[in-house]
Amino acid sequence: MKKPFDLHADYQPESFEFNKKFKKSVKEAIERYPSGRQQSAVMPLLDLAQRQIAEEGAASNPIYGGWIPKAAMDHIAGLLDMPPVKVYEVVSFYSMYNTAPVGKYLVQFCSTTPCWLNGSNDIITATKDHLGVGVGETTPDGRFTLMEVECLGACVNAPMVQINDDYYEDLTPDNMREVLNSLSEDLKPTIGSQTGRKASMPACGPTCLSDQAKKAKVV
Amino acid sequence: MLSDKDRIFTNLYGWESFSLKSAQKRGDWDNTKAILKKGRDWIIDEMKTSGLRGRGGAGFPTGLKWSFMPKKSDGKPHYLVINADESEPGTCKDRDILRNDPHKLIEGALIAGFAMGAHSAYIYVRGEFYNESSSLSKAINEAYAAGLLGKNAAGSGWDFDIIVHRGAGAYICGEETALIESIEGKKGQPRNKPPFPAMAGLYSCPTTVNNVETIAVVPTILRRGGAWFSGLGRDDKNAGTKLFCISGHVENPCNVEEEMGIPLRDLIEKHAGGVRGGWNNLLAIIPGGSSTPMLPKSTCDTIRMDFDSLREVGTGLGTAGIIVMDKSTDIIEAISRLSHFYMHESCGQCTPCREGTGWIYRIMKRMVVGNASVEEIDQLFDITKGIEGQTICALGDAAAWPVQGLIKHFRHEMEHRIMEYRKEAA
Repeated sequence: MKKPFDLHADYQPESFEFNKKFKKSVKEAIERYPSGRQQSAVMPLLDLAQRQIAEEGAASNPIYGGWIPKAAMDHIAGLLDMPPVKVYEVVSFYSMYNTAPVGKYLVQFCSTTPCWLNGSNDIITATKDHLGVGVGETTPDGRFTLMEVECLGACVNAPMVQINDDYYEDLTPDNMREVLNSLSEDLKPTIGSQTGRKASMPACGPTCLSDQAKKAKVV
Repeated sequence: MLSDKDRIFTNLYGWESFSLKSAQKRGDWDNTKAILKKGRDWIIDEMKTSGLRGRGGAGFPTGLKWSFMPKKSDGKPHYLVINADESEPGTCKDRDILRNDPHKLIEGALIAGFAMGAHSAYIYVRGEFYNESSSLSKAINEAYAAGLLGKNAAGSGWDFDIIVHRGAGAYICGEETALIESIEGKKGQPRNKPPFPAMAGLYSCPTTVNNVETIAVVPTILRRGGAWFSGLGRDDKNAGTKLFCISGHVENPCNVEEEMGIPLRDLIEKHAGGVRGGWNNLLAIIPGGSSTPMLPKSTCDTIRMDFDSLREVGTGLGTAGIIVMDKSTDIIEAISRLSHFYMHESCGQCTPCREGTGWIYRIMKRMVVGNASVEEIDQLFDITKGIEGQTICALGDAAAWPVQGLIKHFRHEMEHRIMEYRKEAA
């Protein structure tokens, strides 16, 4: 479920501005769309705001992850000449915009039917036990927030989770714990399949494209 | 069975790089100019000959769809919009195209855009596919640098731009008019039709929305000829090759390109290593993503995977995302998970869907444990009928059908669960 969208919460900062690095991306994003259609850039700009906050959060103490304060929404409304409420509407409609602070690593479990059939519940339980927090909660050090989400579109590599921008697939409780341990030390675990299989190929090896397979030495 | 020489997606599994250089070695961008030189009418006719039907779920003939775009512009620009908001549970095929074969999509976009008089294409990639959209953007930049996009794209005299627009987590944006709203910077709530996008779509301009797979197969079809494509598959109306995703209780879940009309059993046994515990351990499958009603094993024994075969048995090919469930599956819970999905993803615009999906889920949750009455099964069915066909877009139907499929094929299981619960409570 969505985290509460509270414009008056005490964690809301007074102001927000894009920093120098992000200003460049903001300009590029607005210029991508036809002139007079700058409202189209609202989604890219919200994403950029969330990324800037994530960068700030990674460097602060205690750490936190990307989210979008009210001040950022208002700032974006000004940049795009939109009524602020239209920006709030967009933020609260889409599930990837975090409207309240989250942990540095946002662990999103897919638990829709294809993942559920392949044991997503075991992955959720293993993670909860390992980190000592429940779904919807953040670890006290601000490192991990757990969330249950709907289908992430990697069904043949089920069960899987998304952590920030990356997918971790073909999970077992054991390799899930390994991923979490790596992230605890800010190491970069291998993204994608955790069993070493290539993309969506059958785990036993390819059943087609035999010439290509030979060339790529996957058989 | 499809032979390797007829496969379109030769880098489906990402064994080679997705880069322009590798893609060109695989045959992409091979004299694209010559295809465009043959003209709009030739391209659309060839697409009609090929029998290609949209790969996003509805299966509308692609050539016909393109022909709906105005022949001459009245001053408004035309737009091609490509739907890469792949979120249908059970479906993960477009992801492989975006990350492993993006140049097929980019070249297809140029050709399709040219054929409908569009100078720009928007590719709407679901927000969660961050790495996939990065690969796609890299490939687009390579194409610009090589002169294949931009002014005088591929030396054709046609100017063409591609803009990647990332979503932010809303299943409903896979609906074409919701997707258009989302690109315009609004909540993704579907529009009433008419007007259809071909008349007034993105920025109120003539627009065609196509699925990633539909556009990505276009260059190969035009190179090898519409007749080659229509010669594959079951018949003219169910032609060509198709990416299938096989997930759930199979030995080796995978994506694979196969011929349209392949028997389900062959598909599962040849490519996915068979059902766990053998074919007789099969309980049911969902044939085309979560929106399509399930099929019990008895139908699975003989069914062929194409639009019309599946329609004849009361379901659909959808996105060809096959979810396999063996006899260990709690089928009621499997469907209740989908009901939760639709409740979560309803955009809230139409009352029957906004309220009804919640009703369905809450009743389904009780059905999972059996805390219900037998009459409530009929009530549940009535609710689904009260949503189906009563909403602006098809999400309402999609929420209704899986539950209807469950009641149709597993009513005995639901009744049994209720009796067991009562026995325990007594």
